[in-house]
Amino acid sequence: MERRDFLRKTAFAAAGTFFVPAFMKPFEALALDELSLYKNLVVVQLSGGNDGLNTVVPFGNDIYYQMRKNIAIKPDEVIKLNDMQGLNPNLNCLRELYDQGWMTIINDVGYPNPDRSHFRSMDIWQTASDANQYLSTGWIGRYLDSNCATCNSPYTAIEVDDSLSLAMKGNSKKGIALKDPGALFRNTNEPFFREMINSDKEHLDEDNLGYLYKTMVETSSSANYIQNTSKIYQQNYVYPATGFSNQLKTVSKFICSGLKTRVYYVSLSGFDTHVNQNNQQGRLLQQYAEGMNAFIKDLNQNNKLEDTLVVTFSEFGRRVAQNASNGTDHGTANNMFLFGGRLKKQGIFNPAPNLGNLENGDLRYQIDFREVYGTILDKWLDVNNGDVLNKRFNTLDFI
Amino acid sequence: MDRKDNFVAIKHLYNRAAFGISYPELTKLSRKRLSKAVDTLFIPPKSPQALTVANHEEYRAQQALLASLGAKKEQTPEEKQQRENITKARNEKNRELNIAWLQLMMTTENPFLEKMTLFWHGHFACRSGNPYFAQELNNIQRNNALGNFKTLLLEVSKSPAMLDYLNNQQNRKGRPNENFSRELMELFTLGRGKYTEADIKEGARAFTGWAYNKAGEFEFNPKVHDEKPKTFLGQTGLYDGEAIINMILDKPETAIFICRKLYIFFVNDTPDEQHIAELATHFYAAQYDITAVMKKLFTAEWFCDPKNSGNKIKSPIEFLVNLSREFHVTYHKPQILIQLQSSLGQYLFNPPNVAGWPGGKSWIDSSSLMLRLKIPSLVLNDGVLDFDGKADPEDEAVIALNRKPKPKPVKSYVNAQASWDQFLASLPKDMKQTELAAFLLEPAIGKKIIDLVKHNVNLKNTAIAVTSMPEYQLC
Repeated sequence: MERRDFLRKTAFAAAGTFFVPAFMKPFEALALDELSLYKNLVVVQLSGGNDGLNTVVPFGNDIYYQMRKNIAIKPDEVIKLNDMQGLNPNLNCLRELYDQGWMTIINDVGYPNPDRSHFRSMDIWQTASDANQYLSTGWIGRYLDSNCATCNSPYTAIEVDDSLSLAMKGNSKKGIALKDPGALFRNTNEPFFREMINSDKEHLDEDNLGYLYKTMVETSSSANYIQNTSKIYQQNYVYPATGFSNQLKTVSKFICSGLKTRVYYVSLSGFDTHVNQNNQQGRLLQQYAEGMNAFIKDLNQNNKLEDTLVVTFSEFGRRVAQNASNGTDHGTANNMFLFGGRLKKQGIFNPAPNLGNLENGDLRYQIDFREVYGTILDKWLDVNNGDVLNKRFNTLDFI
Repeated sequence: MDRKDNFVAIKHLYNRAAFGISYPELTKLSRKRLSKAVDTLFIPPKSPQALTVANHEEYRAQQALLASLGAKKEQTPEEKQQRENITKARNEKNRELNIAWLQLMMTTENPFLEKMTLFWHGHFACRSGNPYFAQELNNIQRNNALGNFKTLLLEVSKSPAMLDYLNNQQNRKGRPNENFSRELMELFTLGRGKYTEADIKEGARAFTGWAYNKAGEFEFNPKVHDEKPKTFLGQTGLYDGEAIINMILDKPETAIFICRKLYIFFVNDTPDEQHIAELATHFYAAQYDITAVMKKLFTAEWFCDPKNSGNKIKSPIEFLVNLSREFHVTYHKPQILIQLQSSLGQYLFNPPNVAGWPGGKSWIDSSSLMLRLKIPSLVLNDGVLDFDGKADPEDEAVIALNRKPKPKPVKSYVNAQASWDQFLASLPKDMKQTELAAFLLEPAIGKKIIDLVKHNVNLKNTAIAVTSMPEYQLC
């Protein structure tokens, strides 16, 4: 072959590969990553501000009983974990997980200058911002943006819901929301939709129209991948028949079928218990514990618990004193739960809330929630937390 | 500019300044020069426009009842019920208010005024659980939408909705609350980095005593006002709130900040600092006259540049209003509009925070885009919406009171009706399928779209197909 011919051929070949811009390549074409230890994070959001003090009860502290005359959980009802704290009886199903060393409780997690508005505080938890800072991207979204080795596919983060939370939205990348993989698969395989994305490539540049097409192509690829990967998996474990358990069941199906997703997001709503708290919160805690019990044991049976870390949060705890309606009002610091097969410090992570040293009737936080996120980002998702949280946070020793 | 270019330019103008334009109106206006068409946008409405869902008497009655209930230590079940009823009534009014505004946008003869109100609604973003306050702030934003920015800023700053939202009600001599002072500078006027933390602290002292009274009306309270000298933006004096606002407006940075937001909202997601500087100089010289700067923007040479047309992602509200105006849609069950707003991520009167909706690409993720592509066929063909929006965090208390842990997945009939007769009658008799596609879409139509619609037998099918395309998401 003459040199000139050769050049022309390689030039042609190069032009061919440039014809489809890199960001448009279907990810099926990318080499599957060879990560052997595939670590999953499952974020569980309790919306409405769960009352942490009636969840993990400081039964060893008299102040608790003085300030909550009608709604305190009686000492003989508490599932005692040590001589200070124990679980609400409705969390009975968590006891087994706790005893197996699959559960960690972090007390008094919060942030400086706490905000008592549901919306604003949820915003702060989801974006990992300071109290006086407004971010339009979420912490998991920015993890996706960071382009780390572990997050290069459009299905890296899945929320089991119809719409996507701010936590999952980054600048250039976003998680995918789906309640039912089959439904999304059907939608993206409707003839009109296929025709739109399969015809010419005239709009595939980086402007807004290109962005829309890119989102459609990725949604369609993800829907196919998720459906085809997860449908072959036979799920045997029986879950309670609640909406929350169904979400966890879907997550388990994805994890156990080997989906290369790193982050899952689920939520349970209704914790804003201003009035007659005990019945409502008890019912919700029971749903939470039953769902979690099934989920963790299911993962364990499938040898996936070692690869999974579950973290539960709520946008704030509630005031230490009860109100006049046998409920509690919006407070500040709160506990967080971790579950998994590789917890470094099992059980109760740090001292119980100091009810004798309050700030205007509210708990003072011991641990900034971004230290918890930072630890997860560094030690579980293998990315420098400073790249995601906009400044570096100390890490903790729970994983 | 010839007739055809003018047709394109005026269509672009109405996509940005309004919520699209009907074919006959476009034909009529394209006989005029572009500058004349711009002038018609600014003709004041025949009668004053305002939302009138909530009223003052009802607000006062509720407040009086709440005050009497609040004074008691132990409440009877009946009194608890009364309190709950007020919350319920207010939530209901808030939904009515939301729908009333959205329907005003869908039917108004002054769409530009509503578009400007929508801009200020996002700029002075505020949440209020009180429908009377929320409505009042909205009417302030509408009344001053094209007036003077200083008047608008003052009235917003004195509105009970904003005083509440940014905690100025708690801002007192000796115990300053800096929230309002901070957002005033960071988000409403100067922008980050154009002031110091010390300016925020001193500014907060100047706004002590700005509060509303029991009647829900602004009333300066001299007893809690800090009268000592303040040092603000490098000057020292006995400043009150209005003095602070004047000093902020003296800074050209404020004009630049507002013009950048106008540019991003009306022209392009990607700011062009030179064009913004042009606008800002004009705005500042016109002493913050909003009409002046908006005329400048729409008549600027660059406004009709190809890179500035057909490349903005419609906000959910723009998308819904545009679609509904285009096809004269009646919603028999208007509550569906709330579900759609919430699912698409722009629930009027409920911005994510005081910074407003981030806009642009952030509107789009896989699920919101799939829903957007589906909505036209649902609305225009009366389909079933099988989509369960997220609960608003402020509704958690209501959810907590329900027996059921989570509201059932919603399967709602959209129950909307497009007036096809009206739409089809407004089109030229011999209109081709591809011509209709070109009229409905802002981005230029390529071979793909032509191939997809050219064999259609009726314009109705083409309209539904075209509005279901990603291209329809742009304006």
